[in-house]
This record gives sequence, C-alpha cells and structure tokens, in this order.
Amino acid sequence: METDYAIVGGGVVGLSIAWGLLRRGRTVTVIDGEDGSIRASRGNFGLIWVQSKGLKQPRYAQWSQRSAAIWAEFANELGDNTGTDVALEQKGGYDLHFSEETLQATVAQYETLKQQLDGNYPFDVLGHNALRKEEPHIGPKVVGAILHHQDGHANPLRLLMALAADVRRMGARVLTGKTVTDVAKPDAFRVTCADGTVVSAAKVVLAAGLGTAQLGPKLGFKAPVRPQRGQVLITEKMPKLINRPSIYARQVNEGGIQIGATNEEVGTDDRVTQRGLSGLAADAIAAYPALAKAQLVRSWGALRVMSPDGLPIYEQSADMPGAYLVTCHSGITLSAAHARLLPDWLEGTAAAPDLEVFSEARFAVS
Amino acid sequence: MKRYDLAVIGAGPAGMATAADAAGFGLRVALLDEQPRAGGQIYRDVDRESAERAAVLGAEYTEGKRLTAKLSHDGIDHISRAVVWAIEDGFYISYTRDGKGAQLAADRVVLATGALERPMPVPGWTLPGVMTAGAGQILLKQSGVLARNAVLVGSGPLLYLIATQMVRAGTPPVALIETQTRADLKRALRDFGGAIRGWPYMAKGLRMLAEIIRARVPRYVGASDIAVEGQEQAEAVTFVKGGKRHRIACDTVFLHHGVVPNTQAARAVGVPHRWNTAQACFAPELDAWGETAVSGLFIAGDGGGIGGAKAAEIAGRLTALRLAEASGRLAKADRDRRAMSLQAAWRFQRAVRPFLDTAYPPYWAALTPGDETIICRCEEVTAGDIRRYAKLGCQGPNQAKAFGRAGMGPCQGRYCGLTVTALLSEAHGQTPDETGYFRIRPPLKPVTVGELAAMEDTAPGTAE
Amino acid sequence: MKPASPFLELDDASRVDVVFDGMPLRLSDGANLAAALLAAGVSVFRETPVSGAPRAPFCMMGACFDCLVEIDGVVRQACMVDVSDGLIVRKPLSGEVLDETV
Repeated sequence: METDYAIVGGGVVGLSIAWGLLRRGRTVTVIDGEDGSIRASRGNFGLIWVQSKGLKQPRYAQWSQRSAAIWAEFANELGDNTGTDVALEQKGGYDLHFSEETLQATVAQYETLKQQLDGNYPFDVLGHNALRKEEPHIGPKVVGAILHHQDGHANPLRLLMALAADVRRMGARVLTGKTVTDVAKPDAFRVTCADGTVVSAAKVVLAAGLGTAQLGPKLGFKAPVRPQRGQVLITEKMPKLINRPSIYARQVNEGGIQIGATNEEVGTDDRVTQRGLSGLAADAIAAYPALAKAQLVRSWGALRVMSPDGLPIYEQSADMPGAYLVTCHSGITLSAAHARLLPDWLEGTAAAPDLEVFSEARFAVS
Repeated sequence: MKRYDLAVIGAGPAGMATAADAAGFGLRVALLDEQPRAGGQIYRDVDRESAERAAVLGAEYTEGKRLTAKLSHDGIDHISRAVVWAIEDGFYISYTRDGKGAQLAADRVVLATGALERPMPVPGWTLPGVMTAGAGQILLKQSGVLARNAVLVGSGPLLYLIATQMVRAGTPPVALIETQTRADLKRALRDFGGAIRGWPYMAKGLRMLAEIIRARVPRYVGASDIAVEGQEQAEAVTFVKGGKRHRIACDTVFLHHGVVPNTQAARAVGVPHRWNTAQACFAPELDAWGETAVSGLFIAGDGGGIGGAKAAEIAGRLTALRLAEASGRLAKADRDRRAMSLQAAWRFQRAVRPFLDTAYPPYWAALTPGDETIICRCEEVTAGDIRRYAKLGCQGPNQAKAFGRAGMGPCQGRYCGLTVTALLSEAHGQTPDETGYFRIRPPLKPVTVGELAAMEDTAPGTAE
Repeated sequence: MKPASPFLELDDASRVDVVFDGMPLRLSDGANLAAALLAAGVSVFRETPVSGAPRAPFCMMGACFDCLVEIDGVVRQACMVDVSDGLIVRKPLSGEVLDETV
C-alpha cells in the first residue's frame, strides 16, 4: 500500500481534508488536475458565511457555524506553519435589502431558524441610518440590512496556497496534471490516471468538485452535482470603502472591491457576459454608489458545485467501503470543518461528527 | 444596436488596409480604435505631423498617410477613442467611448491589434524614466517629445531607427547598449544571408548604423548583466561587456528586445495559440487568409505573427479578399487571382524575419530573470516568487496567478505573461505550449463600474 | 515652479493651464497628457498601491497602466487622455473615496 488515503482533487476541499489527515499522522496522496482544469477554488467569493444557510435544514446552519467558529484557530495554525496570512476577518457580514418587505420576510425566517438553533443565531437588524453609521458609503436605496455576527471573509487564494504549502511540508505526495479515469477495489483501492499513473491506497476520498459527477458512479455514488455559473467582478485597488462583506460586495485585503455574483444554469460555460456583468455592476452601485467611478479590472465566471438541494454531500460508498464522497459549494466556509472535524468521520472515531443528514440517501431515486 | 458586415479592431496598417479594401468591396465596416486618430503605433498621428517631425521620422513614417487617406469612405465608420473590452459570440462588441459604454454587432470580426514590446524585465525596469523603445517612438511621433539624455538598451533594428531619429533631432543617445553578440550576426549571415540579398531595408539598416557611428554614439555590443540604477527615477544603466563592468549615467532608458503579437483579444475569444520558437512568442493559429478556428473571426497584421508594417498591410488586404468572397461579393477564382501578387509581396516582406530573429535574439537574461527581479509590474511579483509557486505545484500560469497575483493587475498580464510562461517552463522542463498561458477574460481593458451598469438594458440583438 | 525636464519638445503649441498633484503647469493644448507631463518635468506620476514604489509612463500605448492618474475621481491612463484647459490631475488613490450621494 502506497498511502493511507488517496484524495482525488487538489482544491480547497481536497487539500483541507488532506491537511487534517496529515496532522493526524496519516499518509496522503493528493491527485490534482491541470492548470486549466475547472477549479471552483480559484473562482469563489471568499465568504465565510453562516446567515441564510440551512433555512430548511438547521443541521446545515449548525455545520457552517461549527466551521466558522474554529476558522480563526485553523487560520492561525496555517499562518504559523507557512507564513501565509489568509486575511481572515470575522466581524460579521450583511444581508443588504432594497425593500422593507424582503427585509422583514428574511428576518422572520431567521427568527424561526434561531429558535431551532436554541437561540444561537446572533444577528441585528439595522435600518438605513444605523447601517450608514457602520458603512458610510451605503447608498440611499438600501433600506436596511441584517448584520449577522458569525459571518466573515478571507482571501480564498491565499488559503489555497497556504494549504498547498502546508500539506507538502507535512509530507503529502501531491501529483499534479492528472486526470483520474478509474477507481477499482480489487483488494486495496487502485486509482488510475489518464497518463497511466496508478495510486494504491487504503481509502479514497473523492473531492473533485464537478469532476465527482463523472467519477462518483464508478465508486457507487450518485454524485448528483451540477455546475452553476457565478460571474464575479473585481475593481482596481481602492481606499477603504466597505467595512463588512455582503453577498453583493466585499473589499478584499489587497484593496479591490469584489462584486458578485450571478446564479446561472448554463452547463460548463464559464465565460462572462456583458449582460451578466452589467447587472452585477448596477446592483453594486445601488448598494455603494461610489463604486460607479471605480475601474473594473477583472471578471471571471466560476462554476459552483451544486447538489440538488444546495447542501453538501458526505457519504461513504456502500459498494466500496473506504471510499468517501465530499462535495459542497461552500468550500471556504467549510474548510476549517473539513480540516479539523472531517478526519474523525473518515477515520470512524467516536468523535466523528454526525453527518447523516448530508448523506446521498436524501436524494430519492425518481 | 447597429449591425455591420464587418468590425475591424485596430486602425494600424493591417486594420486600415482591411477596412479600406473591405469597404471597397461593398461591406459596411466599423473600424474601432483606441487612439484619437488612425495610424496605429507605427503611423501614430501621421496626419498631424509637423514639418520638423516629418524630417526626423523620415519617409517610411509619412508613408502611412496613403493608408489613412483611404478611410474616408462611405462604407467605413471609423470609431476613434473606442476602447474595446469584450467580444461575444454573434459578434457583439462592447466598448467604452468618451466615458460611456456602447455596443455594436458585426457578422465578422478582424482583430488587427498589432504588437506589444516584448517584456524586458531587468533589475530596475519599473523605475520612472525607464520606457520601451516603442514609447520613445510614440513620444516623438505623437507629441514631438524627445529624451535629452537617453540610453538605448537591448537588441533589434528599432533601436537603430530611434537612435538615428534622435541624432537627426540633435539629441543623440548617450549610448547604445546592445545585447546581441557578433556570433549571433555571423550565424544569421551564414544561415539566412541569402534571403536578405536584395532586401531594400538591409541597405537602410546599414545607412542607419553608419549615421549612428558618424554621430559618435558609443555602442556596446554583446552586453550582459544589465540593470537600471536609481531611487526615485532611473539614474544609470550598468552592464558587463568584455569582462568589464560599465556604468553609464542617464535620465531615460529605452528598452527593446523585439516585439510580440498582442494576443489579448484573440485569447479572450478562444482562438488557439501555438508557440513560435523562431520568434520566441505565442502566435494565433491562422489559415492563409488570417481566419482563426473561431468561425468568422480573423486576425491580420503583427497580432498574427511579427512581420512589420508592410507585411501587416498586405495581410489586411488578403483578409479583405477572403471577406469579400465569403460575403458573396467576389468569386473564389477572382479572389485567388488577386491574392497571388499579394501573397508574393507578403512572402518577400517576411523573408527577412529569420535573419533578424537570429541576428537580434531576445536578451536571454530577461526571458527568465534572476529571483529578485520584478516580472509583474502591476502586482510587483518577482521571478523568485514564480519559481516558488512552481515548487508548490503550479504547473501553469493560471494556478501561479491565483497563488501570487501575477497577471491580475490592470495590464492583465500583457507585460508578464510571456515571462511567467517562460519561468514555469524552465522550472518544470516543459515546452511553452505544455505550460500554456493566462486565461484572458473581459474586460480586455478596465471599464468603470458605472459605464458597465449603464449598459444594463442593452440586450444583445435588440434594435437600435 | 516648473522642474527641469529630461525631455525636449520639438513643436511650439499654445499652452493651457493644468494642475498635477497640486502643481500648476502650462501644457500644450490637445497634446497627449502623459507626454506633456513628462515634457513639463513631471517624473513620478504615482506610487503603486502594492509597495508605494514610484511609477511613470512606460509603454505610451495604453497597454502597461503605469501612467495611471486620477481625473474627476476616475483613475485613467494619462497616455490615453488629451490635455485640455483647466484639467485637474491627481495621483491615484491619494485621497478618500469621494461620495456624491451624501
């Protein structure tokens, strides 16, 4: 056996899991794709986000909260090990509203969830004037916001790099430029790549983002994930304009304002469109009018990895015990949980988190 | 939204020739260009030149008037000051003009986006006072502005041209520091000497050199270990020649070691590119008429591979023939008959390239610079950073960009892309084709969020 | 006052008033702004947001974005702007974000 774990996928999800396993003394081989592979880790918005998640499934809200709560510790450890500051900020985040009706409707939903979570759902509702005290550049069309204190953001690209550096420091074998074509389990797992590389491993974790849709069935998973395009914009570096992030905009640590994001069902087309960018620009200016004069320097289309209900999937294969599927569209928020909590689940220890509600069983065969 | 038969992007020799000939065949043409006046970089502001400037710049420059004159044709809308930032299928072209976003549609598109100076990252190249030789040319052509106290550094005939022009204007350069070696010239003469016999510019090149020598401009051929010194601005160039270190004080440094195709727009629409070993750059894959793998999208001129102004003009005319034929305005046989003399002229213009590429190779130390040298001017990423990302598993430029921001600034990798590819290729023992290039996306040039938002209701396909 | 310039202007054109970074200058009307500032002796156009390093025009053809300046609150390439009377040019990012909605 070459390795305890073969992890298919070298993005934030795969590397976070690898990091956690290495930290427990397991040997890990990460099998990563090419420079041009579809990579949600390079295109995401960088929020560490709790609010609005799990409105229909409080366990998802709790799982996000657990991850957010241990993120700082995780970030510090990565920083100490690699010297990379992932620019974590957890001072809360906003859900901005342009109408009193949507604001009140959302508050009602949050109140319900708060009860289900035994009160652990700290948020404040800010009217326009209160919001303006916090965010002097907010526009007159914003009637108010929900400030959720468990929200925050980080630099997702620095997270990706810090993980890539730290797993290597801890002795991971990372194979790059690979396309996994088959996984078999004659005895141990045999993971075969297009170039003929074969990795034998005691366990396999499938964390290949959109690639899991193709590979999953070979391991007995349904893996019902689909791409959902999000177009994202970023401006030139600017003086401080935005204090706390929202899903409309956040100011990144380098100074640019990141503006997001569309939700489009267009398959694997990851291009940006004038129409998409213009719509996002208009929304961003409604929220922060000063953005009108900012130069947009880059934009990109990233493909979210979406399950039918939008929640993560954690599943051990019934056909091939020892093969695990991990997929989610909130790889940054859940990175700390994947690094610090998921190894217990993979190792089957008493401390394993209960992830039953995230099993594939919830997707009935129709 | 206005729809045209053809949109030409770039009003240099290739774009002007394409637009003029296509309009001559009856096509409705939009000619989009960033500058206030047509000419491109080579004929920049040729219609506004003063007598003094014309005398300094010479007949090869004023020659451009022949092309600008042809643009006053009813079939051509010359949209000047238009900064194109997106080209979408259909084709829908988004651009900014006078602080407003706008869009037009065209059945076919010709990219005539020309060349960029090959990036020449040497220590100190980001200091004020350090410019490209092309910038020196543009200062002179457009503004009649000359550097009083400049050193020219690098290799290639453009350095001789600008030196000659400075001599004529009475401000000769302080020195010419050349990175090519006598051995490069010998090899070029041995392997490609035959091709340049009878080539008219050869005599011109020799005349320029004679003029430079007559003006007693010091030349240092075979220089290496080049760096620019200075704190707030360039103060001197240092280099090694013949085992001896030299330091030449100056205010301005003009860098040049060749030009490369400006591939930003072509890459953004998904045109496949291949590494051209002889020219040490990526170039788009084109057929004989300049058509790309993207149906209806053509590339003419230096943007398709470096050939110079004359070759660019001819390429534009060949593309126009194909456009006329494709739109049913010219029979195939007529197209091919008319193309014959143009193709011969094109081959003649390009015949000198292997000689020039060999005699004036890029300065090797600026292709894969030392660790401390900044290679991405916008985000201030060094060559050593890229080598470190290679060790962290970055096989290609896009992962390296994610790790260290090289190519994320407003220039979008125009002046670091080739260096990043070269450094990763070196680190992994890969070819440039295997390493690949940045994924280029809109906006091709920055556009304000306000301009973008004002276009919210512009739905592609809606009538004007 | 007007600093000595390492650049020389061949042509004589009519001059207009322009302010760069608080400094009054007389520049050629209709000229390319980057060229005119260089000719007027402006050597540093801006400091980079990454390290604060000084920068000035590099390519003069709209490709490198080193000649960025701020005009009317918008950061633009000086080499893509024409000189006009009364132009106020600032170094980019030299102040707070202006908010016109307050």
